[in-house]
Amino acid sequence: MNKDIYYTDSATVFLIFCTMIWAIIGMSAGAYLASELVMPWLNFDIAEITFGRLRPFHTNAVIFGFGGSALIATAFYSVQRTCHVRLFSPKLAWVVAIGWQIGVAVGVASLLMGYTSTKEYAEFEWPVDVAVAIVWVSFGIVFFGTLATRKIRPIYVSNWFYGALIIVIAMLHIVNNLAIPYSWTQAYPVYEGAQDAIVQWWYGHNAVGFFLTAGFLGMFYYTLPKQAGRPVWSYRLSVIAFWAFVYTYIWVGPHHLHYTSIPDWLMTVALVMSIILILPSWATMLNAVMTMSGAWDKLRTDPGMKFVVVSMIFYALSTFEGPMLAIKSVNVISHYTDWTVGHVHSGALGWNAFVTFGTIYFLVPKLVGATGLYSKRLANIHFWLALMGVLVYIVALWASGVAQGIMNLAIDDYGQLSYSFVDIMLTTIPYHWMRLAGGLMFLSGALLMTYNLYRTYAMSKHNLPVLVKIPKVHPGNEI
Amino acid sequence: MLKLHRTIESNSALLMFGILIVSMIGGFVQIVPNLFDESLHKGTENVKPYTALQLTGRDIYIREGCVGCHSQQIRPLVAEVMRYGQASVAGEHIYDRPFLWGSKRTGPDLGRVGGKYSDKWHELHLTNPRSVVPASIMPAYPWLAKNKVDAKDITAKLELLKWYGHPYTDAEIEQAEQAISGKTELEAVIAYLQVLGTFR
Repeated sequence: MNKDIYYTDSATVFLIFCTMIWAIIGMSAGAYLASELVMPWLNFDIAEITFGRLRPFHTNAVIFGFGGSALIATAFYSVQRTCHVRLFSPKLAWVVAIGWQIGVAVGVASLLMGYTSTKEYAEFEWPVDVAVAIVWVSFGIVFFGTLATRKIRPIYVSNWFYGALIIVIAMLHIVNNLAIPYSWTQAYPVYEGAQDAIVQWWYGHNAVGFFLTAGFLGMFYYTLPKQAGRPVWSYRLSVIAFWAFVYTYIWVGPHHLHYTSIPDWLMTVALVMSIILILPSWATMLNAVMTMSGAWDKLRTDPGMKFVVVSMIFYALSTFEGPMLAIKSVNVISHYTDWTVGHVHSGALGWNAFVTFGTIYFLVPKLVGATGLYSKRLANIHFWLALMGVLVYIVALWASGVAQGIMNLAIDDYGQLSYSFVDIMLTTIPYHWMRLAGGLMFLSGALLMTYNLYRTYAMSKHNLPVLVKIPKVHPGNEI
Repeated sequence: MLKLHRTIESNSALLMFGILIVSMIGGFVQIVPNLFDESLHKGTENVKPYTALQLTGRDIYIREGCVGCHSQQIRPLVAEVMRYGQASVAGEHIYDRPFLWGSKRTGPDLGRVGGKYSDKWHELHLTNPRSVVPASIMPAYPWLAKNKVDAKDITAKLELLKWYGHPYTDAEIEQAEQAISGKTELEAVIAYLQVLGTFR
């Protein structure tokens, strides 16, 4: 049998399985953390599950475990379909798939054991960093190797974004984690104090920008037109939005350091660039909405599509809220408070998780050779649970964050602080209960989805992987 | 510009190269000049490298993830200065590797906590926060009092920091292991907390 006439999807299937496992692990950890905030006895005096150690476990498990597995899975799937060619080296693709799981699993376990570099979203210590870098470069070889051997001349827009994900994250990861080891497990960074802060937030914000945005836009640019059955509305707009996005995003990191001991010009530049960033973000959103025109009726029949369309709304919301929080006079209230946490979750749950869920609902029946999902009804229940969950979550933290910010700055008629820190903390507790409820709703939706996908797989009579023949390239588009 | 893009999107190497160049500009401008900005790298008058015990405490602070809830960065705002003390400056952080400014205040800022409470208060608070702050939601850290500090890496740590330019004397490095062995993790963390904010 000549394998070259088929796509290769086995690594994708494995990675989607891992995506759901990480979703459950990472979101459960999140729910547990939210519980610890309202019931501190849940720390049980066990070092490994205290808030301080569990928090980076949660962020890394969801970003790199859940998000990373979803991104690699969908990149492998869509780059083949958009290039009309089999993956460059399916064996290396498997190495990437398994290597990523081992890297993230060892990384998050080591965080619980107390091995951490403390830099947010880059907490893994140097041995894990080295391993992850090797896996990431291999991912780049598979991806760009597939692009280089493509049969269609133009490179489709989703691949620009996946390409930006791979290249920029490699750059960020290497520069931010530069450190010299003092033992086999730990190291001190080459940057100190304020310089370390500047490099970290250049990384930190762009981990959001290129991992959680560029990568997921790649996923989105593939899934939405396929689900809607319509081409991307404006090619020109996608070109402009792409390059403006890649250029502008990288400048905005210092808005995480407003009013701290870094040079003022950095804060100002970051503020201005953050506002400008609304343009490429909303251009993409507009392109998405217009792509939907003429296909809105599909929302009634396709639960996966609901997730993808709502993800675009949360994308628009987050990319507006972000620049607002980057304005110094707003930031003075929001910084250090729950508002930031709410903002992150409106992006991470409402945008990243929604587009991932929608894409997986779309892909899994195809990948397992089923005619459709096991239950559309369950998927619809998942949709409403997730939507209500994320709304409850972010509204709770808006209220809590604004209260914290204003109470922190309040001064009474006698020129004294109006509230002690404990006053502020006690004010947030009812909102923290509410956020726990929102988080649990979101988590239970993910559990329903996992069950639904399992039944879809069990329903199928095909042996995995399902072989899909590579179609002929449209005449005139050959390379 | 669209024409240029058409060329780029027909060639995967050009696409890689294009993304790399366009995305490098911002980071280059923001990071490289700051490497040479003296105001960021010159210490304040009173800044001193951490002693072996303080550094050990700092690494325990890192291990337990304290930075997840406690910032160490006081902004130059009236209320914040009243609440926590004088605003932070870059020069007092030049021996911070990694920096521990934090991004969230689930608990209060610790940038100037040094000297605010007695060692005994910290001992009670770290062992069971609710014994001194009844409403506290902070986890308890009873194991700090039971564990002896791990002294085996301290010489390598100080040698590395000296190589980075932190002014440790050879005598300090030689005596480091002896200076901390037998101490509890609790003593180390308190030593670190008590020096926070005293470098201004």
